[in-house]
Amino acid sequence: MKARVHVFLKPQVLDPQGKAVMQALRTLGFSEVESVRQGKFFDIETGPLPPGEKGEERLRAYCRKLLANPVIEDFRVEVLEP
Amino acid sequence: MNIAVVEFLGSNCDHDAEQWSLHLAGIRSRMVWFTETDLSWADLVILPGGFSYGDYLRCGAMAARTPVMEAVKDHAARGGLVLGICNGFQILCEVGLLPGALLRNRTLTFLHQEVVLRCETDRSPFTHGVGRGRLLRVPIAHGDGNYFAEPETLKRLNDEDRVAFRYVSPEGRVEEAWNPNGSQEAIAGILSENRRILGMMPHPERASEALLGPEDGALLLRSVLGVLEGV
Repeated sequence: MKARVHVFLKPQVLDPQGKAVMQALRTLGFSEVESVRQGKFFDIETGPLPPGEKGEERLRAYCRKLLANPVIEDFRVEVLEP
Repeated sequence: MNIAVVEFLGSNCDHDAEQWSLHLAGIRSRMVWFTETDLSWADLVILPGGFSYGDYLRCGAMAARTPVMEAVKDHAARGGLVLGICNGFQILCEVGLLPGALLRNRTLTFLHQEVVLRCETDRSPFTHGVGRGRLLRVPIAHGDGNYFAEPETLKRLNDEDRVAFRYVSPEGRVEEAWNPNGSQEAIAGILSENRRILGMMPHPERASEALLGPEDGALLLRSVLGVLEGV
């Protein structure tokens, strides 16, 4: 499987880095920018999945176990190639 | 009395923690590698400061998934004492032994300075001998010390008297100007439900010898050692 996992701060968590990036964009003349939220993504390639396991469920398990901290982060998983 | 100081790859306050009990009480801690799986001999486990695993993924995230943390969880489940300082606090949050998370400082900069802490409760082995309302001068040195928790978690921490330390003004008042990293409610340290796990961003172990500055951090170690001796 090839997959992409997005991990980003929950809306209620302040993102000072995103805010600094927004300010920088505005300073560069992009005055229309009103909000920037910074996140990260993981490109993941795997071998065959264990029998009966679905790709998306597997990816969500990666997130719950390691890739995201549920206290502050949400995630979105995408299977690119099964 | 047996103290374990856990060393992760990238810990850098492990020997500060070791010297702390050695100089103050003549107690030689046992340095424990992150691969250790048995801490049943320990009375107190210290997770020291540093930048374990380069803060990869999130601060404390990789350390929280090392074998020794299973042993720390077992130790905690037995009611053992755990003290997480700085990176140790971040690891305790990542592993779920303490609620909340530590975010990037609101200044976006690494902060290294002396702060004033107010002890908020004397109901724990770590703060019993410090005393509620007492002000302590200790240093901070972190990039991710901005304490965050959901409103219901904050309410619980307050209702259960589990906020151990807050950043305050030199007069002892909570004021935004004296909250260095943007922590919610100026929280600098919190206790577990059973009050035997303390996580804090400031470094008491670096403020315990007159030669090096304030000695207020010694109160915390003396408090916990006093409780252990009473056992």
